[in-house]
Amino acid sequence: MFDSVLKFKRPYSKEVLGMRVTNFLVIIAVLFSFTVMADAGTLENVKARGKLNCIVSSGLAGFASPDEKGNWQGFDVDFCRAVAAAVLGSGDKVKFVPTTNKTRFTQLNAGEGDILFRNTTETLSRDADLKLTFLPVNYYDGQGFLIRKSLGVTSATQLAGASVCIQTGTTTELNLADYFRANKMKYEPVNTETNEESIVAYESKRCDVYTTDASALASTRAALKKPSEHVILPEIISKEPLGGAVRHGDDRWADIGKWVVNALIIAEEMGITQKNIKELAKKPGNNPGMNRFLGTEGSMGEMLGLDKKWAVNAISAVGNYGEIFERHLGPKTPLALERGLNASWKAGGILYAAPIR
Amino acid sequence: MDPKVSLSRLWRDEHSRSVIIQVLAVVLIFGLFAYLVRNAIVNLEAIGKGFSFGYLQEPASYDINQHLIEYTSRSTHFRAMLVGILNTLLVAVSGIVLATVLGFSLGVLRLSKNLLANKLAHIYIDYVRNVPVLLHILLVYGIIVNTLPVPREAQSLGDIAFLTNRGFFLPKPIFEPLFLVILGLFTAGIVFTIWFRRYAADIQRKTGEHYPVFWISLGAILGIPFVSYFLIGGPITFEIPALTGFNFSGGMVIRPEFTALWIALSLYTAAFIAEIVRAGIISVNYGQTEASLALGINHGRTLNLVVIPQALRVIVPPLTSQYLNLAKNSSLAIAIGYMDIVATIGGITLNQTGREMECMIIVLLLYLSLSLLISFAMNIYNKRIRLVER
Repeated sequence: MFDSVLKFKRPYSKEVLGMRVTNFLVIIAVLFSFTVMADAGTLENVKARGKLNCIVSSGLAGFASPDEKGNWQGFDVDFCRAVAAAVLGSGDKVKFVPTTNKTRFTQLNAGEGDILFRNTTETLSRDADLKLTFLPVNYYDGQGFLIRKSLGVTSATQLAGASVCIQTGTTTELNLADYFRANKMKYEPVNTETNEESIVAYESKRCDVYTTDASALASTRAALKKPSEHVILPEIISKEPLGGAVRHGDDRWADIGKWVVNALIIAEEMGITQKNIKELAKKPGNNPGMNRFLGTEGSMGEMLGLDKKWAVNAISAVGNYGEIFERHLGPKTPLALERGLNASWKAGGILYAAPIR
Repeated sequence: MDPKVSLSRLWRDEHSRSVIIQVLAVVLIFGLFAYLVRNAIVNLEAIGKGFSFGYLQEPASYDINQHLIEYTSRSTHFRAMLVGILNTLLVAVSGIVLATVLGFSLGVLRLSKNLLANKLAHIYIDYVRNVPVLLHILLVYGIIVNTLPVPREAQSLGDIAFLTNRGFFLPKPIFEPLFLVILGLFTAGIVFTIWFRRYAADIQRKTGEHYPVFWISLGAILGIPFVSYFLIGGPITFEIPALTGFNFSGGMVIRPEFTALWIALSLYTAAFIAEIVRAGIISVNYGQTEASLALGINHGRTLNLVVIPQALRVIVPPLTSQYLNLAKNSSLAIAIGYMDIVATIGGITLNQTGREMECMIIVLLLYLSLSLLISFAMNIYNKRIRLVER
C-alpha cells in the first residue's frame, strides 16, 4: 500500500504558506469558524454569559487604557460599564476586548464583542456598508494636528511637504488625504497600526506632525515627555462624532445601547449623580420624569427588556455624563479638555438626548 | 456471487482498499471545504454583506508614501493593490538578491581556515538564526529612525545625496533620448555573449584552447556601453534632492521602512542560506577536488567545474524554501508601516470597505502566485543543474 508513496520522488517538500500576522488569523478564524449569533438575541446571550464583551481601544489614555493594577479605565470604558450595569446589574461584569483600528469592526461583526465603545466616528459607509448600528454620539470631536513648537508652524495650511503620522484604517486617514488634496499640498503619510506606534514615530521625529481626533491628540500630548514643547494647531479639519456601535440586525440590543447613553446624558440634565441617586431612588418623588427615570413609576425598563432599575444601576456604577467626563477628560485630568460642544444643551453645548417617556 | 462477499473482498484486496480509502479521503476533504465555504457565505448573508469585487473600481481615498507607479488618493482600490504588489515584489526581489550574496559569502567564510573569520561567521549565524525575524525588522527600523539625523540636520554625502531618518535621498537619473544608444549597445553585448559562449565552447571541444570567456563577456556587456556613455557625452542628467521646508524634495528616496525590511529580511535569510551553502560544499567529497587537481586542472577551474556544480545540486532545493520564506516574511512589513500587499489591499482597503472576505482572498492568491512563481523559476534552474545521467 505504501509502495506508491515510496516510489513517488519529490525533489523537496514545499513549505506550507504561512502568514504570521495575527490580524490575518483573527479575520480568517472569525470568518470560517464562527457562526454569527444573529438568531439568538444579543441581550439573551449577554444575560446567559453573565458578562458583557465590550470592544475598546488597545490603549488611549483617558478613553480606554488599563491602569497599573490592570483595571480598565477611561471614558469609553465607563460607557461599557454603564451598559453592563443596566443589563446585568453590575458595572464590573464586563470583559474588555482591546482592538486596533483595523480589527474593531471585523471583531464586532464576528461576535467577538457585544458592543463597541472605541472612539469611533459615525459615517454613512460604516453604518450602511460595514453593517453597524450607531448609538447616540457620546463625544463630539474633530481632527486636528499635533506638532513641535520648535518647527514654528502656526496653521495647518503651512504643512506642505510634511511627514504626517496617521493610524491606518481610520476616517482621519481619509480626511487627511482630502484636506491636503483640497489645499494643493503634498505630504508623506507615515502609517502606523496603533496610537502607541504613532507616538513612537512622532517622538523619534520620523514624522513632523501627528494627526488624529483632537481629543486623542490631547491625550497623546499629555503623555509626551514635555507636553509644553508641543502644540495642537487651531484647524479642525473634520467632524468626528464619536459614538458606540452594535451589529446590524438586533434592534432590541441597539435600543438598549442607545437608551443607556441617553440616560447618562439625561441624568446630568436632571442633576442625578452617583452620590444622590440612592437617596432619590428610595421612593417616588414629585417629578414624574425623574420617577420614570428612576423606575419608581412606569415600566421603562421592562419595555427595553431590562430591570426596572436599569438607569439607577448605570448611574450608580459610573455616574452621569458630566461626572464621567470630569473623571477622565476634564480640566483636572492630564488631558485637560474643555466641555465645549460636549456640554449639555442647557449649558451651551450640543448634547441633547431624547426624553425617557 | 453474494454482494457482501465481494464487498469484503474489495476491502481485503490491497489495491482496491487503497482506492476506497483515497476516494473517502477526497470526499471528506471536499465535504469539509464545502462546509467552510457555505459557512462563510451564510455568515456573510446573516450580517447582510454580499460577495463582490466591485469595490476595486472605486476611489481608494487614501495616500501611499511609496508608489512605484503613478498613484494619488483619487486612484482606485485596484491601483492601490497594484502599488502594494509592486512594493512587495520590490522588497522580495531585492531581499533575495542581497540574501543570496550575503549567504554565499557567509557560507564560504564558515568553511574558511582563518579562525577569526570562521568564528565570527559562526557567531553571526547562530545569533541571527535564533532570533525571530520580526525583532530584526523592528531593531533595524529603530536604529535607522532613532540614530539618523532629521532632514534639517541631514548627513550630506558630497551635497548630492543625503542621509536622514526619513530616508536616503539620492540624485534621480533623467534619461535623455541618446541613452537609447547605450541600451542598444547593452542588448547587443548580451546577444554577443550568448553567441560567443557557444562559439568558445565549440572551439574548446575541437582544439582544447580556452578563451577568457568571462572577461570578454564582461567587456561586451558592461565595458563597451560604459565607454561609449562618456564618448557621446553622458546622456543622463541628475536631479539633485534639495531641502525645502520639512523634507527634501526632488531626487529619489529610499524610505527607512523599505531599508529596514530589506536589510532585516536579507540578514535573517542569509544566515540560513549560509548553512545550506556550507552543507552543499561539504557534501562534495574531497576526493573529487584531489582527482581534479591530479588531472592538472587549476584551483579556480576545479571550484567552478567540479565542486560548485555538485554542491549546487544539494544547495538549490533548500535554497528555494528560503526564497519562499523571504517572500512570505515580507508580509511582516505591516509592523513598521511598509505599504505592501498586506498594508494596502489587505489593510486599509479592507478596513475602509469592510470587504474582509474578498480582500483576504486577493491577498492569499497574490502570495500563492508569488510563491509558485519563485518555485517555478527555481525548479527550472534545478532541472538545468541536476546530475545528467548517461
